[in-house]
Amino acid sequence: MTRIVVIGNGMVGFKFCEKLLAAGSGKDFDVTVFGEEPLPAYDRVHLSAYISGSTVEELQMAPREWYAENGITLRTNELIVAIDRNRKTVISHSGTEAPYDKLVLATGSGAFVPALRGVEKKGVFVYRTIEDLDAIKGYAGKVTSAAVMGGGLLGLEAAKAVLDLGLEAHVVEFAPRLMPRQLDDAASAVLREKLEALGITVHLNKNTRQINGNGKLTGLDFMDGSSLETGMLVISAGIRPRDELAKTCGLETGSRGGIVVNDHLRTSDPAIYAIGEVALHNQMIYGLIAPGYEMAAQVVNQLTRQPVKPFTGFDMSTKLKLIGVDVASFGDPFPPETTARSIVYEDKVKGLYKRINITPDGKKLLGGILVGDASSYHRLWQMVQNGLPVPPEPEDLILGARNGRESAGSGIESLPAEAQICSCENITKDAICQAITAGGLSEVAQIKQCTKAGTGCGGCLPLISDLLKHQLKAMGKQVKNVLCEHFDYSRQELLDIIKVKEIKSYDTLLSLFGKGDGCEVCKPAVASILASVWNELIVRQDTIQDTNDRFLANIQKGGTYSVVPRIPGGEITPEKLIVIGQVAHKYGLYTKITGGQRIDMFGARVDQLPDIWEELIDAGFESGHAYGKSLRTVKSCVGTTWCRFGVQDAVSFAIQVEERYRGLRSPHKLKGAVSGCIRECAEAQSKDFGIIATEKGWNLYVCGNGGSKPQHAQLLANDIDSATCLRYIDRFLMFYIRTAEPLNRTATWLNKMEGGIDYLREVVVNDSLNIAAELEKEMAFMIDTYSCEWKEVVNNPALRARFKHFINAETSDPTLAFQELRGQKIPASWG
Amino acid sequence: MLTELQKYRKVGTSNATTWFKAAPVQQFPENGGACIQYQDLQVAIFNFTRRNEWYACQNLCPHKMQMILSRGLIGSEGDEPKVACPFHKKTFSLKSGKNLNGDTCEITTYPVKIEDGFVFVGFPV
Ligand code: SRM
Ligand SMILES: Cc1cc2nc3c(=O)[nH]c(=O)nc-3n(C[C@H](O)[C@H](O)[C@H](O)COP(=O)(O)OP(=O)(O)OC[C@H]3O[C@@H](n4cnc5c(N)ncnc54)[C@H](O)[C@@H]3O)c2cc1C
Ligand code: SF4
Ligand code: FES
Repeated sequence: MTRIVVIGNGMVGFKFCEKLLAAGSGKDFDVTVFGEEPLPAYDRVHLSAYISGSTVEELQMAPREWYAENGITLRTNELIVAIDRNRKTVISHSGTEAPYDKLVLATGSGAFVPALRGVEKKGVFVYRTIEDLDAIKGYAGKVTSAAVMGGGLLGLEAAKAVLDLGLEAHVVEFAPRLMPRQLDDAASAVLREKLEALGITVHLNKNTRQINGNGKLTGLDFMDGSSLETGMLVISAGIRPRDELAKTCGLETGSRGGIVVNDHLRTSDPAIYAIGEVALHNQMIYGLIAPGYEMAAQVVNQLTRQPVKPFTGFDMSTKLKLIGVDVASFGDPFPPETTARSIVYEDKVKGLYKRINITPDGKKLLGGILVGDASSYHRLWQMVQNGLPVPPEPEDLILGARNGRESAGSGIESLPAEAQICSCENITKDAICQAITAGGLSEVAQIKQCTKAGTGCGGCLPLISDLLKHQLKAMGKQVKNVLCEHFDYSRQELLDIIKVKEIKSYDTLLSLFGKGDGCEVCKPAVASILASVWNELIVRQDTIQDTNDRFLANIQKGGTYSVVPRIPGGEITPEKLIVIGQVAHKYGLYTKITGGQRIDMFGARVDQLPDIWEELIDAGFESGHAYGKSLRTVKSCVGTTWCRFGVQDAVSFAIQVEERYRGLRSPHKLKGAVSGCIRECAEAQSKDFGIIATEKGWNLYVCGNGGSKPQHAQLLANDIDSATCLRYIDRFLMFYIRTAEPLNRTATWLNKMEGGIDYLREVVVNDSLNIAAELEKEMAFMIDTYSCEWKEVVNNPALRARFKHFINAETSDPTLAFQELRGQKIPASWG
Repeated sequence: MLTELQKYRKVGTSNATTWFKAAPVQQFPENGGACIQYQDLQVAIFNFTRRNEWYACQNLCPHKMQMILSRGLIGSEGDEPKVACPFHKKTFSLKSGKNLNGDTCEITTYPVKIEDGFVFVGFPV
């Protein structure tokens, strides 16, 4: 039995254990793992998710029991302080000794903290461990702004994190550009704009001289004489390998840190391996997870006498993981001009920058940079990895499908079998296809389980799902997106069934066309279809609705609900404003102007909802359907009525449109806007349907949205009169409701549509499918049968009675807790 | 807040000592849940008409400590009856209380019986 001691229970140390067990020779080894951190290994790559609400449990690589169950001795909270190579023993700070036959150093690295005057001050943090983040969270409450030192991958992530903590965020970078190792100046400039749009202020060329404040930091002084006031500093100025142990026991280490290893990850002592972020291979420290996992695998192979392939370096391509900011850099992002040609595409308006570097003979792709849209990252990166031939017009690679041509290099089939799909787990296209065929897999989740592909950084998941579709097709299985395990139908098929068979209840549908007892996926989806087809009061079948639709209000932290009355076009009289004020005041609700030109009242108890709505309805308000996958708002600008540039009466038309489609249930929420002239103050081009006034009438744009993947709406028809405009919207919306998948916004729906906007125009404007009359008829039915859900509930004692927390007591939920913020109540923070 | 969780102690039909008369059957929506108060506990009771079964579990979702499960959608995974928390859609078996789609800790379930039109929940005390 070989005794193996692993120092460091981080991601790579864990992966080593996992792979050793997977090699099936767990019993031949007696494994002891020492971890300095109190917690078992967790997913450091997604550390930032801890700020946005992920729990420690969710981040853990495996629960503590896992180690025990697999016969691994895990000793967390135990720092190894010495290695006695003669006695082949490691000694921990508590004096514990553990003998080894083979020793694995997976001590990773720590944040590099420059020796600045004032680093010891209160309010200075690093961004590496859960404990660091707890400390940062704790301190954030005391300050209003934070600076991050370092504009690299980690620094930017840290900046987003402090921003998410509600602080004013600054990034201070020494270099003249952001992510200096991955981006060129132009790319950095585009990225900077995006970050500043998010609310992160960027300071370049800033060399910090000292950290000010007595005891507690108050700001930074820079070499150029300028300074920055801030209450908190997160240092992200690079990493320092944890090679201290290796040094003290005389292992060879690099001049700039790191434990020297050969192609077999062996240190200068043959009994000792070093893997992960602490290993120095060819003068190179790999600050990424994928190479670390590869190292772990290679050491396991040696210990278990499996075929070993020498570790010969690793690709450093990376993608920035910031929501809403697409940035990727792959292969060689900026090779010297002598060895490569570069093609650059930049669109300042759209905030796009794409660069690819190809060999002078134009045959091979060397690398590149993508900012603003990194959707092609994995494909391009695959091309580099596998040396796939570059298409005749290389620019196709970044300009994508143009004048009808299929976008180049996109085809997953073009990848060779040995192409590495998941770099974290090093899994090839072939392996995945094998798994799909052999295991008869049909879902990405299953692939993750069987092959572990996509379980690392997750960046390859889109590619995996493409591969799955492609493979299933190849196997002759028709690929269809069925709703869930209870219905083997797509949403569109179900909608047809419901219409043709005149099915009006979920239960009937499930009994006739489904199996099992339904779930949280198909119930709301079917509820939405039923509403779109029959337009019956949704609370009649309240238990198939998501809680928002069941209680006709948006649930909030703590279990209270929000109340959003409709304010068509954003126009409201002083009298009605006063009513909202009075109601909010009477029931102690938090009020806020929403992003949709109306007012949201938060913090209503479920039992208060009917009373609140009764008062609002008496004052002439009606439901705003903020809770439904349905029409939200039709935003307006003042237009001709007040604005000196207006060419049409935008407000009147916005109100007409909003009242026409109010209450319309759809696969996802619907938003519209009407602008009074081309200045576009209503942001119509960011809506599902946007109307912009022209001298002659209106231009109609469709399929835009904001949110996580913003997309501009595209022109459907121009210079049309109001009647035509409404007719086109009727058709457009009904066509969407008929054919979209659940929870696909119109933009996503269009992106998936063969033929895109031109096809849509054919259907909606030129009636190519000749269904226009039908669509208009269906919409007319919706409009005629509209009624305010809340009015019905308020006037129906039976429905009203459902709005209670306890059915066996009159009291409300005693656990509801609030705190105060700027003179209003907010829910006590998440438990 | 953890102490909140610890209030909910597991029981089986066998070792339920008190049967609490919760409410008349018709007060529970079909294929849905409602919340009842017992001492300082909040218990979600589900009228799973479709399987014609009744289930009860703590109303407290352990994920973010929200008193909410009674308002969750119920359904099945394979054969396992489950409830989905409205907040982040964590799902829990209504039989074992196990978290089915993640590693959130499990919830406490309670035995339910129906007698002359009333719903009774079994508690250890
Ligand atoms: C209240 C509000 C924020 C605010 O304080 O201003 C808000 C609040 C929520 N938004 Fe929003 N959104 C609000 C305006 C917006 C806007 C701005 C706008 O409408 O002009 C957007 C971007 C524009 C767009 O949608 O295209 C927006 C994009 C989203 C998204 C992303 C949608 C997407 O396609 O990516 C979600 C998530 C989702 O719907 O899946 C979302 C989801 C939500 C939810 C429902 C999340 C949730 O389930 O709790 C929030 C609860 C609403 C509530 O409790 O009332 N909200 N949300 C705004 C209500 C507008 C209204 O009057 O109804
Ligand atoms: C915020 C953040 C975001 C990241 N994002 C990405 C990304 O998107 N993509 C990517 O590829 N990489 C990313 N990384 C880098 C990635 O997390 C690291 O490459 C990876 O964690 C290295 O794993 P490791 O096990 O070698 O080191 P670590 O994960 O640091 O583990 C080393 C462990 O050993 C312990 N240890 C050290 N010395 C001792 C001792 N003497 N005794 C006992 N225990 C000891 C340490 O406490 C630590 O727990 C990110 C890192 C951070 C911090
Ligand atoms: S309101 Fe919208 S953007 Fe704000 S936190 Fe909620 S979902 Fe996110
Ligand atoms: S609170 Fe229940 S799933 Fe998050």
